[in-house]
Amino acid sequence: MAAIELDHVGRVYQKYSSRHRFQTFKSALVRGDLFGSLKANELVTALSDISLQVEKGETFGLIGENGSGKSTLLKIIAGIAKPTVGRVRTEGKISALIELGAGFHPEISGRENVFINGIMLGLTKKEIVRKFEEIVRFAELEEFIDAPVKTYSSGMYMRLGFSVAINVNPDILLTDEVLSVGDAAFVPKCLDKIDDFRRRKKTIVFVSHDLDTVKKICDRVAWIKDGRIQMLGEPKRTVDAYLEDIATKQEEDFQERQARTASATTGSSAMTASSEAAGPSAPPAFEEGRRENRWGKREVEIRKVTLRGLGGEEKHVFHPEEGLIVELDVAAACPVEDFVFGIGVFNSLGTACYGTNTNLEDLEPKHLEGEGKVVCRIERLNLINGTYYLDVAVHKRDGYSYDYHQNLYSFLVSSAAYKDVGVARLLHTWEFSPGIEFGPPDKKRP
Amino acid sequence: MVRLVRNLKELYKYRVLIQNLVSRELKARYRGTVLGFLWSFFNPLLLMIVYTLVFGLILKGGRGIEFGDSSTLYAIFLFTGLLPWTWFSSSTLESANVLMIHGNLIKKILFPAEILPVVTVLSNLIHFSFGLPILLLFLLVFGKGLTFYALLLPVVVLVQMVFSLGFGFLISSLTVHFRDIKDILANLLTLWFFATPIIYPLSFDSLQKSSFLRTLINLNPMTHIIEGYHSCLFYGTLFHWKRLGLTLVVGLVLFYFGYSVFDRLRDSFPEEV
Repeated sequence: MAAIELDHVGRVYQKYSSRHRFQTFKSALVRGDLFGSLKANELVTALSDISLQVEKGETFGLIGENGSGKSTLLKIIAGIAKPTVGRVRTEGKISALIELGAGFHPEISGRENVFINGIMLGLTKKEIVRKFEEIVRFAELEEFIDAPVKTYSSGMYMRLGFSVAINVNPDILLTDEVLSVGDAAFVPKCLDKIDDFRRRKKTIVFVSHDLDTVKKICDRVAWIKDGRIQMLGEPKRTVDAYLEDIATKQEEDFQERQARTASATTGSSAMTASSEAAGPSAPPAFEEGRRENRWGKREVEIRKVTLRGLGGEEKHVFHPEEGLIVELDVAAACPVEDFVFGIGVFNSLGTACYGTNTNLEDLEPKHLEGEGKVVCRIERLNLINGTYYLDVAVHKRDGYSYDYHQNLYSFLVSSAAYKDVGVARLLHTWEFSPGIEFGPPDKKRP
Repeated sequence: MVRLVRNLKELYKYRVLIQNLVSRELKARYRGTVLGFLWSFFNPLLLMIVYTLVFGLILKGGRGIEFGDSSTLYAIFLFTGLLPWTWFSSSTLESANVLMIHGNLIKKILFPAEILPVVTVLSNLIHFSFGLPILLLFLLVFGKGLTFYALLLPVVVLVQMVFSLGFGFLISSLTVHFRDIKDILANLLTLWFFATPIIYPLSFDSLQKSSFLRTLINLNPMTHIIEGYHSCLFYGTLFHWKRLGLTLVVGLVLFYFGYSVFDRLRDSFPEEV
């Protein structure tokens, strides 16, 4: 027996322009024809043809990009929104953690809000009295429970909201991204509580962007894309397929951005004049948009930075074990004898993953004049998945910058098959003595 | 009709919630004020003083023979009509906003939206009943005294409640789509106030002379409701039960109509509020 059954569910949103509203209002007044004319002039399809069943006791994940329809689907399951077409059937009491503390009134105390919120979510007064202590303890708000909710921090607000909702003790728990707002101490507590639900064989529908958690706790996962179920099945496979899709999209994005900046750069002649040597391939990717991150008097100028694969092809999305070539086109306005070339790689958090320069590697500068090329060849990136930013610079040994480009270039390391964490991907292999056995890997790595 | 009955039953199941929301509304309203819920007494009292000053003292000639020279009697007449009118007008004005203010509930929680206008009307009813003891006291001390007809007060309250709820459903659901109603409403209520025998008695000269004006005022359902209060409390006579009965019918029709509109528009609330 399924706990949730969706049968060809679709949801169409209506958009009304203000002009249309006026006409509606007018015709409602003049002709008394309110419903006839209260039809939208634009329809937006949020969901189409969703059919799925969630079994009792199952933890079901919903993943997908923002705006893909996950939340709408959740609201339809919760009964908050009605499907435009199709049928929804659910069995048992539902508690939806869509927005925590949605019903709180700021002016009255946490205590009174717990009661009202609890009743809204379907508890009786007696049940709330019985569970009150636990709710407050779980939210860690013993001291503040009699203060008006408007004095709470957003964390306190959220904790209380979660605590009430989870104590409703539903048969079906729907959660939408609620864990993303909690602090480091509270999130594990929430996950514990959700685990507890799973052990008690309750049904959970879990919407999250935290794919690791999704993989960890879900029995099945549906990937929603543009309002349709793109894939439904085993969590790891579905999440991988989703990540793969994102990676493809990112590469397209990169290329598109590159093409855009390329056309922008061809317009400004100074930058491109000397880059003809690079041939027909596109000029630097991000120089135009982020020039504020560039400084130095440019006695020696870095005119162009190109990222290439080891084969020499220009690219921006790399596999963790691929190599990278950073190619600098430099030009000196006058001969210089003190110069250092350097690069730095930063991840999206700003952590320096790697940095080096010619001075650190004891290369003694002698002479630099006119135009030239500097190539830094990294045989293997050994980075984990993510977006990385590149600093390149030419400066004096004492640190005086000729031309410093900060964060002007970026590349993406992406592979659905690699899930390791940290900063760098250290080369490693596993070995086990015969007593320790593993099954075959469930997916071949490319 | 079947659907209406079913939904009303559903609503009954939510009575604990309604009760809690009403008390929350009352608590929240005067939170932070020094006088607290005493404002429920003072607000109508102050309003009465204002109207007494204007119509009892300044426009003295225009208040009709009935009260003679007695400003006190006139003030009490005013108060008898003002108190229920305040209930009606605040319910209506607040209903216009209530779905938007509590949009979060409609969007994020499985929550029968019709609770909100009901809570609005009920919490204003509580305010009304807070003012009632003062009115009764005044009637006893300064007025013509009370008769047994005062016991019929709940009937009038019921009629007004049905009417207010119907109007509340209609206004609250329409305002979601047409926000302009809020602004129209404020002015409409002022007009409506003066078209209801609150500051003047029905026996007023110019009304007696013009049958046109009389018809107009008699078409206003609030006239008969307010007249009901006047009869029970101020005059101490039986209300005009035929007219009040008809008003109840009008109220029920409005209730049905308002609720139907509300129900038809219900599904659009989560997106529009």
